[in-house]
Amino acid sequence: MAAAGAGQQWVLVEMVQAFYEAPAYHLILEGILILWIIRLLFSKTYKLQERSDLTLKEKEELIEEWQPEPLVPPVPKDHPALNYNIVSGPPTHIITVNGKECINFASFNFLGLLDNEKVKSAAQASLKKYGVGTCGPRGFYGTFDVHLELEERLAKFMRTEEAIIYSYGFATIASAIPAYSKRGDIVFVDEAACFAIQKGLQASRSNIKLFKHNDMADLERLLKEQETEDQKNPRKARVTRRFMVVEGLYMNTGDICPLPELIKLKYKYKVRIFLEESLSFGVLGEHGRGITEHFGINRLSGQGYCFSASLPPLLAAAAIEALNIMEDNPDIFQTLRAKCERIHKALQGISGLKVVGESFSPALHLQLEESSGSRENDVKLLKRVVDYCMNSGIALTQARYLEKEEKCLPPPSIRVVITVEQTEQELDKAASLLKEAAQSVLN
Amino acid sequence: RQGSGKKMEDTFSILYFQKNGISNGTLYKKTFIEHFEQAPMYVAVLTFLGFGVGTVFGYLRDFMRAWGLEKRNVATEREQQKDFVPLYQDFENFYTRNLYMRIRDNWNRPICSVPGPQFDLMERVTDDYNWTFRFTGRTIKNVINMGSYNYLGFAETDVNALKTVTIELQKYGTGICSTRQEMGTLDKHIELEKLVANFLGVEDAMVFGMGFATNSMNIPALVGKGCLILSDELNHTSLVLGARLSGATIRIFKHNNMQSLEKLLRDAIIYGQPRSRRAWRKIIILVEGIYSMEGSIVRLPEIVSLKKKYKAYLYLDEAHSIGAVGATGRGVVEYFGMSPDDVDVLMGTFTKSFGAAGGYIAGRKDLVDFLRTHSHSAVYATSMCPPVAEQIIRAMKCLMGLDGTTQGLQRVRQLGKNTRYFRRRLHEMGFIIYGNDDSPVVPLLLYMPGKIGAFARRMLEKNIGVVVVGFPATPITESRARFCVSAAHTREMLNTVLNALDELGDFLQLKYSRYSKSSHPELYEETRLELED
Repeated sequence: MAAAGAGQQWVLVEMVQAFYEAPAYHLILEGILILWIIRLLFSKTYKLQERSDLTLKEKEELIEEWQPEPLVPPVPKDHPALNYNIVSGPPTHIITVNGKECINFASFNFLGLLDNEKVKSAAQASLKKYGVGTCGPRGFYGTFDVHLELEERLAKFMRTEEAIIYSYGFATIASAIPAYSKRGDIVFVDEAACFAIQKGLQASRSNIKLFKHNDMADLERLLKEQETEDQKNPRKARVTRRFMVVEGLYMNTGDICPLPELIKLKYKYKVRIFLEESLSFGVLGEHGRGITEHFGINRLSGQGYCFSASLPPLLAAAAIEALNIMEDNPDIFQTLRAKCERIHKALQGISGLKVVGESFSPALHLQLEESSGSRENDVKLLKRVVDYCMNSGIALTQARYLEKEEKCLPPPSIRVVITVEQTEQELDKAASLLKEAAQSVLN
Repeated sequence: RQGSGKKMEDTFSILYFQKNGISNGTLYKKTFIEHFEQAPMYVAVLTFLGFGVGTVFGYLRDFMRAWGLEKRNVATEREQQKDFVPLYQDFENFYTRNLYMRIRDNWNRPICSVPGPQFDLMERVTDDYNWTFRFTGRTIKNVINMGSYNYLGFAETDVNALKTVTIELQKYGTGICSTRQEMGTLDKHIELEKLVANFLGVEDAMVFGMGFATNSMNIPALVGKGCLILSDELNHTSLVLGARLSGATIRIFKHNNMQSLEKLLRDAIIYGQPRSRRAWRKIIILVEGIYSMEGSIVRLPEIVSLKKKYKAYLYLDEAHSIGAVGATGRGVVEYFGMSPDDVDVLMGTFTKSFGAAGGYIAGRKDLVDFLRTHSHSAVYATSMCPPVAEQIIRAMKCLMGLDGTTQGLQRVRQLGKNTRYFRRRLHEMGFIIYGNDDSPVVPLLLYMPGKIGAFARRMLEKNIGVVVVGFPATPITESRARFCVSAAHTREMLNTVLNALDELGDFLQLKYSRYSKSSHPELYEETRLELED
């Protein structure tokens, strides 16, 4: 202990001695350094982005001065959507639009089930038993036996393992895509995909790669590019999921996707297929099963499924009855197809308008053969054609889009919808009326 | 939910005339009592312990499954797709596989009757620990329904009540097959929209087929890039999705906390957009009327005064509060005695109080005209189906007294009575209840994961159907049971439920509250509750 004490003392003595023996400049330098450190320690901290130079008065002034935009921009009074068609009564085969009775070529009622008595009585029975609403999401007592039955029947009908129903058509694909495809995954989607798919993709935050409509070569090129990317980073590739989103029957163009080629590409590049069949279900295929594909669906996730009230049971009962009708009368699909072919042929050769869509597609578009240059003018011209037809008893409508929001905006067109309820005379009348209208308006 | 870092107040927030130095005696015309009591510390510890044990067992199970010692029940790929990138990474599903699966039988319970004050459940059993269920074919009859959103009791099958709906169903059928802008606007929609506008006291309204989609499709139409959204911490998924899809910047303020909101507003206007410092195009505040997981009511008077001061816009989602609060059921705007002109966008749904489906947005005429032209739903989604529209019309007419009876008003009053009675009794028993005294949504805190399953199953044995919620819908330590009081519940039903809760509370040790009736006499001697028994 004493030795350590003596040792310490000795170190101190040495220090003092060194102090005396140091050269002057050394001491001065050290002194300045120490003073500088003390100054830094006690001076105010210096922040780069500090705006504390704004006084309270200035802040209040900024708050006073700031003017936001109006909540909504003013809408011109003659905007087409403000002068919409009002339908009185049910939108069935004979529809009363704006007070005038017309033959309905505008509602997607392909199999004519809107007015079917059996469907209505199934819905009535369900109304008596369950009331109207379900008062809860699927997880909290909103699951009714009709929902389960409908899902079973759909799965059986579509020949898949399981099925799940949503309460809103738009929400189905817009919720299903983000349930599987998350940030970092890759989705290859057709350019002509409908708006619901676009919103689903936006919500999923995945990498989107668009390929030209129905162009398999373009898709293959993109897939090959992705493959070379993967080889550079195999570890990342192993956890990145890949999806392809296509529609069975495209709403915007009326044609179908080449499913066999897609399936080949699927197995070659290990991509999963999302098939959106809102138009092709109940239309395509011998039994109306649509463009068939098998994929297992997990029930748990999907925001529009978990956090939203379930489908009202009367609609579920109506859907079950509709499925029954589809299964019991498979010849309606043939009938529908024959009518589509008939009108497709009849509409060919109208001067000024061209038919866009497959010959067996029940939803066609009639576009202007030559655009006038501005979309607004095209829309006005088509409106005149539509009005001419409406005044003579054929109800038609233009296809509507959100012009600023669509990724690939389709050109303006008249939508023609074919249903099984339309008779051959009515089809012929519609075709000849369109010819007349085009003649008088466009020439 | 956007964040679970909510700081709880251990005290009651009683806003009489002074709170945090702001004299808001002029803002609040009646007392506003909310409770968010914090449980004792040992509860939090035990909760984490419970999750820890569950996780350990989860790993053990996974290990046994990987080594084939236990059967694998998860959905597997088809043979041809075995070398595809798997849809679910194993660890993403850990929670679902090992914790949720064990108590899965408490959710998605199928029912086979109208979701009124009592309903019939289909009996379900599982042979393999909840991986699959099978129906025995029996139904459990007359289970008291404390889970469905049936606040005013309009979920009924009375023939007289549904007379008009039956007629309309026969006339119109079930579908529309077109969008609002094409051929899908029926005279029924026009009638309904006029009625909704009349009911709420605004210029115009627009209805949509799905409540969730009303938010997710219209918020992007109202705001875009360069706008700022100030959203409450506990906003519903539909609001969050709508905000995300819009592309605007989102900033979150603490739940119902006006200081947090004001700070965000000031900073936004003073400092502008990040990096470029440009002024924001517009600022919109997203709040809900009643928050369904907390049972709290929005502080509307304070928010409106803030919004007027800082020139922001207010979007109020009244999914749970329309029909359920307010002297005549017109929602939180009426509850606070304010004018509907103070709120820029009034949004609500018809699923809860009206027993139908769908949503609406109401406000000034220029707002609704804009939505008619620019809403995603108007252009791309099918419109509401006519029988559902008729149900809303008849429920709203009943509520407004236009059908010649006072039934509507009676329902609203009955709901208020039931709510206050139920909450008072639960407080007296010593449970921790969250939320405002006037909110018909009553969350009862369970905390521990094991109690979630036990509570729901035992209540079902006593013939009462409850809803339990855990992580991720709530913060991990605050699992709860949520009761939805209905005007259709009779006093006997409520007493049955309360007695069952009393028993179960003792058995499962759920009575965590440190305050019981005796220690806060001043709260229970208030005479402001003029409708109290």
